[in-house]
Amino acid sequence: MARIVVVTSGKGGVGKTTTSAAIATGLALRGHRTAVIDFDVGLRNLDLIMGCERRVVYDFVNVINGDANLKQALIRDKRVDNLHILPASQTRDKDALTEDGVERVLGEMAEEFDYIVCDSPAGIERGALMAAYHADEAIVVTNPEVSSVRDSDRILGILASKTRQVEQGGDPIPGRLLLTRYSPERVERGEMLSIEDVGEILAIDLLGVIPESQAVLNASNAGQPVVMDMESDAGQAYDDAVARFLGESRPLRFVDAPKRGLFGRLFGG
Amino acid sequence: MGIFDYFRQPKKGSAGVAKERLQIIVARERAARSGPDYLPAMQQELLQVIRKYVEVDDDAVQMNVDREGDCEVLELNITLPDHEESRG
Repeated sequence: MARIVVVTSGKGGVGKTTTSAAIATGLALRGHRTAVIDFDVGLRNLDLIMGCERRVVYDFVNVINGDANLKQALIRDKRVDNLHILPASQTRDKDALTEDGVERVLGEMAEEFDYIVCDSPAGIERGALMAAYHADEAIVVTNPEVSSVRDSDRILGILASKTRQVEQGGDPIPGRLLLTRYSPERVERGEMLSIEDVGEILAIDLLGVIPESQAVLNASNAGQPVVMDMESDAGQAYDDAVARFLGESRPLRFVDAPKRGLFGRLFGG
Repeated sequence: MGIFDYFRQPKKGSAGVAKERLQIIVARERAARSGPDYLPAMQQELLQVIRKYVEVDDDAVQMNVDREGDCEVLELNITLPDHEESRG
């Protein structure tokens, strides 16, 4: 049986798709059979981030409606073994993701994969609720910025009550925080919420901190998950997050501003 | 930071303000989530009743449900204006 992970945030543009692609790729690179599903019906984007946009033939909604089977719709990654992508539909029909349909497709996938990563759309509408409902655990992607932190707290409230596990009388699913676009220099200057600040407000375990990095845009430009760029700070930070996700303990990196000498402090910008 | 700034007191950054504002709004929204479903409607009705007698702001009625043991305590806080005028 696969473990189902939802990558969510409430707010848009904080790095859910980047994170879904990086975590799924990282899991597959470690030999786990992994699928990543785009739940953002109408605004398909995971295919671009994964670099497989020209190979999309069928999508999630086609499988739900029975127009195609799972094998036909799943795109096998060309770079990484054990990695599959299920793209979102571009339909404008908001109700295309039916509860029964999503449950059936996830049930079928659970037989074949070790991990299923669900890339949630922004907001708290149907797509986001569907992505979270079947999850066994959550990764909450948050920027160190007021609106993102508030929306993450709202999503945590939804995760605490609106999952299958809770509805069946179980405990709320565990959720961990992934703080992205973090700038240690700005934190040091008192211009950005620190890891401790966000941790104190949201009160959940920390999965990782991804520094603000040019590598993320480079990766999305190239359609290559940033975790594959192991030269970059963001790539290494995502690799750490994947290791922690699998239970390894790794110290946080890229969270301190480089020390500047007296000269730098006197004349630096 | 240039040579002159170095000798000045470091000014408090905006992150402190952000944290303070977040703590307040998040606590408030959590309280609203955890309360019974009828709370917002009750709050509105209370506001209407109070307005029959006193002109008050929209946020004059604050409600909070706390649990103490097996007891639920409803805390009701009504802020009246400085010089209330009864409309009789």
